[in-house]
Amino acid sequence: MTESPPPVVEMRGISLAFPGVKALQDVDFRLFPGEVHALMGENGAGKSTLIKTLTGVHTPDSGSVLLAGDAVAFSSPGEAQHAGISTVYQEVNLCANLTVAENILLGREPRRLGGVDFPAMRRRAAEVLSRIGVHIDPASSLSEHPIAVQQLVAIARAIAVDCRVLVLDEPTSSLDAGEVAELFRIMRVLRDEGVAILFVSHFLDQVYEISDRMTVLRNGTFVGEHLTADVDRRTLISQMIGRDLGALEAIEDAAEKRQADGPVLVQASGLGRRGAIEPFDLEIRAGEVVGLAGLLGSGRTEMARLLFGADRADAGRVLVDGKPLRLRGPRSAIAAGIAFSSEDRKGEGLVADLSIRDNLILAMQAARGWSRPLPRRTKDQLVEKYLKALDIRPANPDALVRTLSGGNQQKVLLARWLVTEPRLLILDEPTRGIDIGAKAQIQQLVTTLAAEGTAVLFISAELEEVVRIADRIVVLRDRRKIAELDGSATGVDEVVELIAGGAAPEPEKVTS
Amino acid sequence: MKNRLLWPLLALAALLLLNLAVTPSFFSLRMQDGHLYGGLVDVLKNGAPTLLIALGMTLVIATRGIDLSVGAVAAIAGAVTCVHIGTSGDASTAFAGMAIALVLCAVLGLWNGFLVAGLGIQPIIATLVLMTAGRGVAMLVTEGQIVTVNNAAYREVGAGFLFLPISILISLLVLGLVALATRRTALGMLIEAVGVNPEASRLAGVRSRTIIWTVYVFAAVCAGIAGLMISSNVSAADANNAGLWIEMDAILAVVIGGTSLAGGRYSLTGTLVGALIIQTLTTTVYTIGVAPEVTLVFKAVVVIAVCLVQAPKVRAALSLRKVAVS
Repeated sequence: MTESPPPVVEMRGISLAFPGVKALQDVDFRLFPGEVHALMGENGAGKSTLIKTLTGVHTPDSGSVLLAGDAVAFSSPGEAQHAGISTVYQEVNLCANLTVAENILLGREPRRLGGVDFPAMRRRAAEVLSRIGVHIDPASSLSEHPIAVQQLVAIARAIAVDCRVLVLDEPTSSLDAGEVAELFRIMRVLRDEGVAILFVSHFLDQVYEISDRMTVLRNGTFVGEHLTADVDRRTLISQMIGRDLGALEAIEDAAEKRQADGPVLVQASGLGRRGAIEPFDLEIRAGEVVGLAGLLGSGRTEMARLLFGADRADAGRVLVDGKPLRLRGPRSAIAAGIAFSSEDRKGEGLVADLSIRDNLILAMQAARGWSRPLPRRTKDQLVEKYLKALDIRPANPDALVRTLSGGNQQKVLLARWLVTEPRLLILDEPTRGIDIGAKAQIQQLVTTLAAEGTAVLFISAELEEVVRIADRIVVLRDRRKIAELDGSATGVDEVVELIAGGAAPEPEKVTS
Repeated sequence: MKNRLLWPLLALAALLLLNLAVTPSFFSLRMQDGHLYGGLVDVLKNGAPTLLIALGMTLVIATRGIDLSVGAVAAIAGAVTCVHIGTSGDASTAFAGMAIALVLCAVLGLWNGFLVAGLGIQPIIATLVLMTAGRGVAMLVTEGQIVTVNNAAYREVGAGFLFLPISILISLLVLGLVALATRRTALGMLIEAVGVNPEASRLAGVRSRTIIWTVYVFAAVCAGIAGLMISSNVSAADANNAGLWIEMDAILAVVIGGTSLAGGRYSLTGTLVGALIIQTLTTTVYTIGVAPEVTLVFKAVVVIAVCLVQAPKVRAALSLRKVAVS
């Protein structure tokens, strides 16, 4: 890349503060025509905020935005789009019940005699689609198409106007490999036409494959701008998280060294619920990390919810310390020292409109009952301890949880349970959708907890993670437990084979 | 918090000043037989039932609920007490009657709580049942008549004085107790947690059902006390008209006070200000002599104005203008 053409977008010294949070501090950003520019950073680094500042959702407190050399100040996404900046968000924001053509041209339909000129609309939509090489019927209903195609329609909508800058915020998170390749082909077509593309993704492979240049943010500040070819992954990651990768690599060693021979803490026998999961047996020992592996819908979450009493089991029983536990609901599980961090952070985990402090102590306070409030001092000590231990940012206990980034929200949820000092901690997808730095911290935490004698049931869709962290892996398929494997002796391939296997093998080593 | 109350407080001040302009003696207080009289005292006294009901409503709304039945419950409380007193002039009969009425109100609150927390019926529907049926119950109790009583002890509740009108003292006492009970314990936080995210609260071990149940019982008891005040003030029980539409005033007071109908964070101080605005407004309508046919429109305009200045969008626009001016 030469730097001869002037940048189409230039942002200088952008600062923006939300109540209690400095989201961006003095950030510079340049975007050249005909390049794919990756915006890199952890969750909470300010990527989305910077994009929203560019597209007129937020107005910066200071700093200037130049579009083709002219200072601009958009007060709405509509104005930004009018000026040639189009955005495609992570979730498809289209109307599933309308046709493809209507979605592409919604709000700017060709008109004739006061009505919508539908034939012209379909022609125009077909032109746009063929420009990016997508051949679908513009008159078909959007909902007939898979998510990946809907994403392409969203891009078609974005470029249907005269578009100089295309912002793609995590466009690949719900696409498979083939669909990603198709998206990249289209991105290259647009790039070669001179469109400047701003691309955000958590997948490093994709960033290295498609981008020409990258800007790295950390904690709302500008860290650096590089040509992609000039920076290797190690350097990039350490710039993003601000420290070395050593921590991540130590986790596996710890998992291998750990001796999981504590007493059996929780034992489920024949536990099941019709329509959710077939009856299963499971033993979890103190100080052991048991991983649950399986596809989405294989019964991972259902298994966890039964153990926690979030759903009522209709068969089998649970023993804690060898004594039967009547699981009438989460409260009985909590009283027995079982904690459950749900995969649905927003829906089932956090109370978004309450402060970090209130969220942290919620479970403990609930266990004590309303009439015995935690003394203010104990509260402050607990909150301070966990803000620090888990590196929760901002470290302001009064900040509302809704203002935190995904990774920090996850840490708050974890901290809520750590406060109660559980004996069995069930973590359902604790690392989904969070960046590599927070992920490493959470994995590290699991290892530390296990070393201290806490039993952990760890659920993740990322098999590498399960294999790396677990002492024992329970494999699920089609709502059945199909196998139990020794974590240190198992590789990802073996687990994949079990999950994918056509005929269900007889359960091996059902109880170890 | 203070910022949130700024506009309601300004609105209240504006209304009071308007009254002062029309009736110069509005702010003046005078002592008579050890009783305090004056325009402001009247506002407080007449607003006491609304304030009480709004307090209960605040907690219900904080749990994402709503209680439409409070007006009917108030009518039942008055009816039961008056029928129990009958022709008796004894203080003990009056107290027994009030105790019976309040226990009955608590049972009605349990019923509402059962429908909402136990059966999971939408609060607006669940309490609509008692809103309509409750008036009928009150009619049955009074046998369709307006029951009048002549009992000095009972009269004290709504019309008595202890330097200040006793109804004011009762309302402020309840306000203080609720503030203590919710903010000095963890109850307030748990109520808010249940209101913001019921499922997350359940999974964190919060007894969501018990809490929801409790707030409906509390709201019904508040409504019962308010009903006693209303009935005591006129020494009569009117099953049809006692507490009619008071649920609307209470909901308005809560909303004006800055508690969102979507549940979650609530403000008791806000509700106090809201209730005062509603009552001052009613008083203003009389003092400035708004024609009866436009009274409700006048009220609506003021309420809309207060809600507008609190709306985030309008606020953003106002603050932008300020920045532009400076």
